[in-house]
Amino acid sequence: MVSFPILSSIIITPLIGAIIALFVKGEEKAISKNLRELALWTSLVELVLVIILIIQFDYNNSAFQFIEKKGILNKFSISYHLGVDAISLIFILLTTFLFPFCFFYTKLSIKFRTREFVIAMLFLEALTIGVFCSLDIVLFYIFFESLLIPMFLIIGIWGGKNRIFSSFKFFLYTLAGSVFFLISIIFMAYTSNTTSIVELDNYYFDVYIQKWLWFGMFLSFAIKVPMWPFHTWLPDAHVEAPTIGSMILAGILLKVGGFAFLRISLPILPEASSYFSTFVVFLSAIAVVYTSLVAFAQTDIKKLIAYSSVAHMGYVTAGIFSLTEIGIQGSLFQMISHGIVSAGLFLSIGILYERTGSRILKDYNLLIKSMPIFSVLFIILVLSSVGLPGTSGFIGELLVVLGIFKNFLIFGIFVSTGIILGAIYMMSLVRKIIFTIDKDIIETALIDLKGLEISLMLCLVAFTLLLGLYPNIILGFTEISTINLLTNFK
Amino acid sequence: MSLPVFIFLLPALSSFICLFCIIFKNNKVAQNISSFFLSIASILSIYCYTKISDYTGTYELYDWLNIGVNKLSFSIFYDPLTAIMFFVVNTVSALVHIFSIGYMSNDAYKARFFCYLSLFTFAMLILVSADNFLQLFLGWEGVGLCSYLLIGYYFSKPSAGSAALKAFLVNRVGDFGYLIAIALIYNSFQSLNFNDVFAQAELLLGNSIYFLGTEVNLLTTITMFLFIAAMGKSAQIGLHVWLPDAMEGPTPVSALIHAATMVTAGIFLVARCSPLFELTEFTLSFITYVGIVTCIFAASVALMQDDIKKIIAYSTCSQLGYMFFACGISAYSLGIFHLVTHAFFKALLFLSAGSVIHVCHHEQNIKKMGGLYKKIPITYFLIILGSLALMGVPPFSGYYSKDLILEYAYSLHNLEGNLVYYLGCLGAIMTSIYSARLLYLTFHGKTNLNLKRFSEVKEAPKVMLFPVLILSIGAIFSGIYFYEIVKYNTFWNNSIYFKENINFVESAHHIPFFYKALPIITALLFSIMVFIYFNKLSNLIKINSNLFKMLATFLKRKWYFDEIYNFIFVKKLSNLAIILWHFFDQKIIDGVGPKGLSNKIYSSSKYLKDFQNGKIFSYATYMILGVILFFSLIFVNY
Repeated sequence: MVSFPILSSIIITPLIGAIIALFVKGEEKAISKNLRELALWTSLVELVLVIILIIQFDYNNSAFQFIEKKGILNKFSISYHLGVDAISLIFILLTTFLFPFCFFYTKLSIKFRTREFVIAMLFLEALTIGVFCSLDIVLFYIFFESLLIPMFLIIGIWGGKNRIFSSFKFFLYTLAGSVFFLISIIFMAYTSNTTSIVELDNYYFDVYIQKWLWFGMFLSFAIKVPMWPFHTWLPDAHVEAPTIGSMILAGILLKVGGFAFLRISLPILPEASSYFSTFVVFLSAIAVVYTSLVAFAQTDIKKLIAYSSVAHMGYVTAGIFSLTEIGIQGSLFQMISHGIVSAGLFLSIGILYERTGSRILKDYNLLIKSMPIFSVLFIILVLSSVGLPGTSGFIGELLVVLGIFKNFLIFGIFVSTGIILGAIYMMSLVRKIIFTIDKDIIETALIDLKGLEISLMLCLVAFTLLLGLYPNIILGFTEISTINLLTNFK
Repeated sequence: MSLPVFIFLLPALSSFICLFCIIFKNNKVAQNISSFFLSIASILSIYCYTKISDYTGTYELYDWLNIGVNKLSFSIFYDPLTAIMFFVVNTVSALVHIFSIGYMSNDAYKARFFCYLSLFTFAMLILVSADNFLQLFLGWEGVGLCSYLLIGYYFSKPSAGSAALKAFLVNRVGDFGYLIAIALIYNSFQSLNFNDVFAQAELLLGNSIYFLGTEVNLLTTITMFLFIAAMGKSAQIGLHVWLPDAMEGPTPVSALIHAATMVTAGIFLVARCSPLFELTEFTLSFITYVGIVTCIFAASVALMQDDIKKIIAYSTCSQLGYMFFACGISAYSLGIFHLVTHAFFKALLFLSAGSVIHVCHHEQNIKKMGGLYKKIPITYFLIILGSLALMGVPPFSGYYSKDLILEYAYSLHNLEGNLVYYLGCLGAIMTSIYSARLLYLTFHGKTNLNLKRFSEVKEAPKVMLFPVLILSIGAIFSGIYFYEIVKYNTFWNNSIYFKENINFVESAHHIPFFYKALPIITALLFSIMVFIYFNKLSNLIKINSNLFKMLATFLKRKWYFDEIYNFIFVKKLSNLAIILWHFFDQKIIDGVGPKGLSNKIYSSSKYLKDFQNGKIFSYATYMILGVILFFSLIFVNY
């Protein structure tokens, strides 16, 4: 074990970057350029630190590693307790991988208040990583809920026309759920006299109490994921959020809910989890079918992608609550894959939006003629989103479906219809904007991707293909932790 | 690197090079390199096929997906079945590549076309060389994707776009079946490797699962879902709607993908999984019936179509029906045999039709052609060859494969066998009618092309004729050649399941001569009648009965499949989607949830607000009321 507090330094690095950002001075133009570079370099340093972490990590060991512990409130045994296992580590990697993309794209997307934006983003990064490494449930709660603040600001300040409404809806919706989470935490802390997640894992709650605790936390997590029927904040938030906001929201913040299920619900409340598993898989199956259909009716491209995110997160929750190794591995993979693909899709929509100022389907036609490079990359992302074998989306969906079929045959069939329904709305989208539906419509002539945009898109596309063809990179890494997660379910 | 791996990688390499040609806008290099590479692949796969015993084996490339202890590798499983498929796929693909050099000569984006074609070939090789269900799925969807891209190749044509989308979505319905099948297989066999699954299949014979409240046999369920997948890819009735529309793509694509290779993937799947299918009588008879119905349905629709490509497309659909019912009566090797001969003669027909279309400036309606035989005699001759092979006239290839299926079916002497035989003969009669009609309307009679165009018609360039000539050799001799092989079941080396060492050729030999000759004689008779009708009688006899007209419209509208599907799936589904969104999402969830709650809070805060009106009198009243309440509660408690 290394004595250097690497996890703390990973959390603190973006905060240091944010503090430095406060003091950047100079001319108007120079400031925003410097701020962007500062943020970019901070996030790259962060990425390097995480890579070091991964190299040092022993993935044959299922226990938490790189543990740091300092008491904060000894009276209530609340402590600053950090540690990672393979599951949290891949989420940390996803986070630190996506943030540099966002900072690269800031140049084209954020036109005013760069300083505030950069600070909000760096805070967001620190808090997200905090969620993934907390081993104290109170600490987890603090990170988990404070994520809302920077995201609220990002939507509310840099968003579209209706941003105030959306940001409030987003904030209140998510906050409403967290009340029940807090109550559950307080109850757990009082009955077990500990707030450490590791100790809570081994503490046995009465089954009846477990059910109540589980349900309280479920509301909070389900809103974050979001699961049907708690999903209605997401389309509004996405539509109004700036491109980068959407990328982070879909790419990382949605995964926090799924992660919370894996870190808290499953290990601490195993009996309740298996008791409610049918219920969750049922909701997930509805999510897949229902939101796919709703996505088909959308006329706003961004809303369409947002609904597709809900459908894909349906796979994730279904996989987690299949309570099988393969299902959980699948949902982990699906989360990573969706993080990359949805970030890519929102980036694509952002690229179009920068050019025309419109997100409406009808405003685009025959893009393949004017933007061939964009079209090709966009189609590959779409294919990954509909789960074509060879792309990362397929592996996630496949493993989840294999997992669900073990215990929930009927729901498995419903979830599987997602591959038809997903293809319907996504391929129709491709047909409507990339190809043509009507001879009379004049083609939209837009400038094709420029250097930076190409490299960003290409990189995301490359990763979906890489993960689709070598899924073992992730599956092999998380296998031991997943098996360990299921030891309570015998 | 061993030879099969090399063959396997050639199309991938070709496609990769074409990708660079697209970027550097170099059409010449793309077409030449890809045709060259595919020709080499074709020659090598023929060589490998002849030395099959030396090359049989599994060539592992890398571990693709590890699920727990299960390792699913990416590998080339080279056995006789794969060898035959390699042979057919690479050969037809190479010839189509060469043909396309001529056919696409005016296209500005040829490199893209060749890139897709090679990619398709690669995906098809992935499919046929799989040793587990997952790799097969990769190829399965890969060919679907390439088919989608190639159907929509002329992207500024709206009809091409919708045909491509339709093909993709209908195929997805099949993929849905496949996904469910592999999920069931994984959960009951704990493996997705062919060897493990087939070895354990008999052990699970009696197992059943609860499905929609009823208990059903496990293997039957699995094979039914697998067959749904096969139906999607091989355009069997119900899921066939995409295939005729797919003719929007360039003709070489139709020849390669929608006649010779991709659409036969369903047959390949059934043959590959024959150890599973063989154990389930229910699925087998289901396959037989679906095959028969498709065969009759598609042939009947082909009778009344005017688009030359659509006729051939429906003919393909109907021939696939033959292959399926061959599988349904456990004669998998005969299904594959017909697949092979069909690949040659159907590709021949399509490419010749492509030549006709090419020389007529993209005219596809046969009613607008006519009298072409003097102008393009070689093409005419080639189409006659293809048609004879299709009709099953000896000694052409179709005769060997098709009649063998029918004869073997007759020799079974059971209900299914007889049904197959008689309806198969009916299908053969219809086949000869539409083939003769196509031949007559295109090549004979008075021309309906305008005179200027007609005088411009001349034989296609050599680069287009050469591959078609090679195919015609295949169409003539592949029957005799493979017949010798099919005779002995040992050739297949357990890659296909055989029931009790039945020898199909033997059994077929023992049926009375009359039943052997029936399909051939009727086919010839009817085609001659069609010629006579069009030549002499069409002006004399006018059929005016209402019933006939209704029947003709029914066939022309393709049994109204498109209309019904449009109504159910397109209209109803979009309506449902809009209802769910506007009503359920916005009214119910948002209305009860966030909006409802905030309205409730707002309205209840209105009441609370009234308490704080700033008047001392009211505050005093509340206070007194409160005190009274408090004391009364205390008294009540005591």
